[in-house]
Amino acid sequence: MNTEKYQEGRVVHQVEAIDGHSVEIPILKILKQDGSVYENADMPAIDKELATKVYKTLAFHRVLDERMTASQRQGRLSFYMSALGEEAASVGSAAGLDDGDMMMAQYREQGALIFRGFSLENFMNQMFSNEKDLGKGRQMPIHYGSQELNYMTVSSPLGTQIPQAAGYAYGQKLKGNKQCTICYFGEGAASEGDFHAGLNMAAVQRAPVIFFCRNNGYAISTPSSEQFAGNGIASRGVGYGIRTIRVDGNDLLAVLKATQDARHYAIENNKPVIIEAMSYRLGAHSTSDDPSGYRTREEEAKYADHDPILRMKNWMIANKWWDEAQEEALYELYRKDVLAAVKVAEVIDKPAIEELITDVYDVAPEHLEQQLADLKEHIKKYPDAYPVTAGRL
Amino acid sequence: MAQMNLLQAINNALEIAMTENESAVCFGEDVGHFGGVFRATSNLQEKFGKDRCFNTPLTEQGIMGFANGLAAQGSVPIAEIQFADYIFPAFDQIVNESAKFRYRSGNEFNVGNLTIRTPYGGGIAGGLYHSQSPEAYFAHTPGLKIVVPRNPYQAKGLLLAAIRDKNPIIFFEPKKLYRASVGEVPEEDYQLPLGKAEVVKSGTDITLLGWGAQMETIEKSAEMAEKQGVSCEIIDLRSILPWDVDTVAESVKKTGRLLINHEAPLTGGFAGEIAATIQDKCFLNLESPISRVCGLDTPFPLAHEKEYMPDELKTFEAIMASVNY
Repeated sequence: MNTEKYQEGRVVHQVEAIDGHSVEIPILKILKQDGSVYENADMPAIDKELATKVYKTLAFHRVLDERMTASQRQGRLSFYMSALGEEAASVGSAAGLDDGDMMMAQYREQGALIFRGFSLENFMNQMFSNEKDLGKGRQMPIHYGSQELNYMTVSSPLGTQIPQAAGYAYGQKLKGNKQCTICYFGEGAASEGDFHAGLNMAAVQRAPVIFFCRNNGYAISTPSSEQFAGNGIASRGVGYGIRTIRVDGNDLLAVLKATQDARHYAIENNKPVIIEAMSYRLGAHSTSDDPSGYRTREEEAKYADHDPILRMKNWMIANKWWDEAQEEALYELYRKDVLAAVKVAEVIDKPAIEELITDVYDVAPEHLEQQLADLKEHIKKYPDAYPVTAGRL
Repeated sequence: MAQMNLLQAINNALEIAMTENESAVCFGEDVGHFGGVFRATSNLQEKFGKDRCFNTPLTEQGIMGFANGLAAQGSVPIAEIQFADYIFPAFDQIVNESAKFRYRSGNEFNVGNLTIRTPYGGGIAGGLYHSQSPEAYFAHTPGLKIVVPRNPYQAKGLLLAAIRDKNPIIFFEPKKLYRASVGEVPEEDYQLPLGKAEVVKSGTDITLLGWGAQMETIEKSAEMAEKQGVSCEIIDLRSILPWDVDTVAESVKKTGRLLINHEAPLTGGFAGEIAATIQDKCFLNLESPISRVCGLDTPFPLAHEKEYMPDELKTFEAIMASVNY
């Protein structure tokens, strides 16, 4: 009986209660904001090539967020979500994995997808839901997915990917793949039942999964103080019997180190790891949100000084791997590329009307074929009412 | 051929599926060494090891989320929800995730290998939390398939087809019949088609339609009606989604009358969907209104189970009302 071991602890004869804060959770920091490294810090495995790829990913991420937010404001795009201020969390963790490891993201991890090599065109085609979208125009912008890049298509309901990651990783283990799954979510999603279900299943079934929580301080407009009591999300990992790491989420080198360590542990031991990356969502929740309604300019200004990309840039320059001229040229190039890609993607046709009924099942059953046939007849009769599809029938 | 009860037929199907495919995995609450609360998974852990047949923590949401992930990875999960009454904590994972996985990703990913087994229905003195028939909730969800066997022969053939089908399937097992229904079952591998109804008995005056445990009730009521000179055609729908409209419509065109019997409450039940469709297909052939004999619009009771049920007497009365309309 497993419960026996808990009866062998230190015995007291007065009530001695503990709470989440009794467990001191250390926070890993490697890189200072000025680009210098803490003395005796344990550096991650990173060379100039990887550092440059990481830095270019961060820069592209920022440009993409900036340009797509602007495109939404201009009415060209229906919706967008930026990850301003917390880019190092997704990019740093992605850099610590193997390309064969599965990523199950929430919706603010475009950095990981950029790192994996999702093309600018693929981003645009998804956001403009045109006929080249891998998801066939069925989901809102930012719900990316790619089988080729091992990036599970994002689902809107919050937290559902958490128990799925446990199952996916368990399957990898059974097949002896020596790969793991990383599962991203925010501290808000950790309130869902799926979080409890997923962590518990992974711990008990011994699944090689990395639960990666971006604790960015806000779930839409709700601050983390109203989201959880206790010692953040990391303290729960301890409760589930899961190896737990807390890291400065704005410190790319620390995130990378934590992820490299977690990956090694998960695969060698067939056990889950939870990483809580402490960051701050400097941007709005989405383009439908206005943070001035729930937080002050002073608060935002304070966190602007912790910019994770600037911190990485300072380190790159200190290493003589980067300079201001390269910086300027890179940003200029990305801005031009993104704008050009918007112009191309927004005029590509919408998916064919037949895509309405494909992929509901492996083969469309008769009742769906009938409904499509009826719909086509109707559109032919009233072509003016259905301008997107009428001309293509 | 061997004599098997419905549980043994299911167990036999699971053993065949797990032998054939190394990535088939059975799990759920108590399904490991204990063999499940009804013993449907008996001996599977012994034969296939703890990695492939195991107990999960008590979390239906977790079981279904985990199963979705396993299926997306390419394994073949066969997940058990201990009672269909407890499938609701997993509702989001089934309705929003399993059902939409392929569609929302443009077929970049799918969970088509997934099978969910769950015992449903009354007749075991289970009261309101061990007796429900929730098929209609799931029938409203495109992307799922829903299958209900009525005897051991069907249970084996339909379950093997469900496990091998490339779509997520909910397989509702009539728990009242687990041990009560015994019959000849081939020991070898075979499949029965999904989405196809079975004409159990042909007749000319009225079509009686049902599925699962209610088929016995329908057969009894038909015997009573036959004694009154009414010739009944009996159809077992077998698959609720997609369902075999053609077989039912063809029968109703011949008999001119339709009675649908299900154990779930009347309002919003799947009988309403069938009635609407058949009215559309057979309007000019109908000799009387389509009749529904269903459970009451109450939670499933304990003491008055017999009164609640759409039993053979209620069904007989409805048959006679229909033919005398």
